[in-house]
Amino acid sequence: MNKAMKTLIKIIVIALILSSCKNNKNTDVTSNKSLSDVVSNEIPELSIYNLPSNWTTQDNKDIELKSLQGDILVMVMIYTTCKAACPRLVSDMRNIEAQIPNKNKEKVKLILVSIDPETDTPTRLKAFSKENNMESDQWLFLRGSTEMTREFAAVLAVNYKKISPMDFSHSNIISVFDTNGVMVHQQEGLGVDNKETVKTILELADKN
Amino acid sequence: MVSFFRLILVFLLIGCSNNILGQSENEMVLVTGGSFIPLYGADSATVVVRDFKMDVYPVTNSDYLTFVKKYPKWKKSKIIRLFSDESYLVKWEDDTTLGINFLPSSPITSVSWFAAKAYCECQGKRLPTVDEWEFAAMADENIPDARILPDYNQKILTWYEAPKTFKNTVGSTFKNYWGVYDLHGLVWEWTLDFNSVLMSGESRKDVDKDSNLFCGSAAVGASDLMNYAAFMRYAFRGSIKASYTGRNLGFRCVKDIEVSQ
Repeated sequence: MNKAMKTLIKIIVIALILSSCKNNKNTDVTSNKSLSDVVSNEIPELSIYNLPSNWTTQDNKDIELKSLQGDILVMVMIYTTCKAACPRLVSDMRNIEAQIPNKNKEKVKLILVSIDPETDTPTRLKAFSKENNMESDQWLFLRGSTEMTREFAAVLAVNYKKISPMDFSHSNIISVFDTNGVMVHQQEGLGVDNKETVKTILELADKN
Repeated sequence: MVSFFRLILVFLLIGCSNNILGQSENEMVLVTGGSFIPLYGADSATVVVRDFKMDVYPVTNSDYLTFVKKYPKWKKSKIIRLFSDESYLVKWEDDTTLGINFLPSSPITSVSWFAAKAYCECQGKRLPTVDEWEFAAMADENIPDARILPDYNQKILTWYEAPKTFKNTVGSTFKNYWGVYDLHGLVWEWTLDFNSVLMSGESRKDVDKDSNLFCGSAAVGASDLMNYAAFMRYAFRGSIKASYTGRNLGFRCVKDIEVSQ
C-alpha cells in the first residue's frame, strides 16, 4: 500500500507541474518586435522617433529613424516605378526645396520613403536619385521592411494598395516634422499651393 | 491497485497535453485559402488568399487585461499619444480594471490599430489582412461564399442595426462555415492593411475618383454595388486612422500556416 501511495503522490506532483506549464507556455516574452522598449524622456509622445524603425538609404547605409532627430523633415511616400502622380509629387518636393533660403538649407532634410520596398532596393533608389537630380545631402531615400512600411504609413495617414505587379494606388501627401519628430503639417494632393508648407518649414528653421 | 493509479496518470497527462502542445489562449481554426473578387480590389481582379488560421472569437476584455498586465506600456495611463487617441480603453476604471458592467468575455474595444497589432504580435500572431478577413467573412453557417444568397446581406445589415452589440459576449452570433464566430454582428474589427482602402468615406468625393488625392484610385472601384454591408465595412476602414479607438471596434488575430519542409 505504501509503495502505491508513493507512486500516486509522484503522479500528482508531476501532473501539477505539467498543468502549470499552461501559464508559461503562452507568455511570449520576446519583446514586441515593432515597438521600442525604451521611450526617451526627451522625445515627445507624438514623435515618430518613438518608432524603433530601421531603414536603409540609397547609399545602402542602415540607419535608425532616430538619427534624423534635430533636422526639420519634409517627407513623402512614393515608389520609383510610379508613372502618374509620383513625378508630380517629386516636383512638388522640389518646388518646396527651392523656396528654402540657403542659410536654412542645412537644417532641412527632404525624405522620400518607398512604399514598394521589394522593387525599390538601395541601388534602384540611387539610380532614381540620379535621374531626378536629388544627389545632394539635402535628399534622403529610405526603404524598410514591408511591415515597417505599412506601420510608418499608418502613422503618416498615408494609404496605399498594390493594384498590379507594377503599380500602387496611394495617397499624395507631403508631411513636415519638427526637430523632435512631431508632425506639424501635411499637404494633400498634387500641385497644391505649397505656401503653408513652406511657411511652416521656414518658421521651424528660424526657431532652431 | 497500481494499474488504477496508472490510469489516473494517463488521464492527468492527457489533460495537460493540450497545454504542452502550445495551444494559444484563443482557439484558432483553419481557413482554407481560395480566390475571390473582393468588393474593392484592383479593377475587380480576383484575389488569392492562402491558407491561414483565424481566431475563433474576437479578443476579449479578459484576454486584453492579461496583455496589459504583462506589457505595461499598453496600459491606459502609459500608452503614448502616437499609438492611440485619448479614448483608449475609455471606459476602463483604471489600468487593470474593466469598466462597470463590462463582461470579461465581451470583445475588447476602444483599442487602436497599434495596440491591436502589438497584442497579436505578442501572441506570435498578426492582424488579418482586409482580403483575409473579407474572405472568411463571406461565409455563412453552411457555405464558404454566401454572397450570392439573397437574404445574406439583409441578415448582416439587420445585425448592423442592432445597438450596442459590443456589450454581448463573444460567441453570441453565428458560427460560420469555417468555425469562426462573430465576424458579423458583434464589433467591427481592425485589419493589418486597413489603410489600403482608398476611399474618403464620403460618397460624393469617391464618385469623383479623387484623382489628385489618390494616385491610381480610378482603378479601384466597387465590384458589387449590391453588397452594401461590405461597402459599409470598406467605407469605415477608409475613414479611420491608426490611432483611432472606437467603442464598437475590436479585433482578432490570425496566424500564417508554417510550411513544413
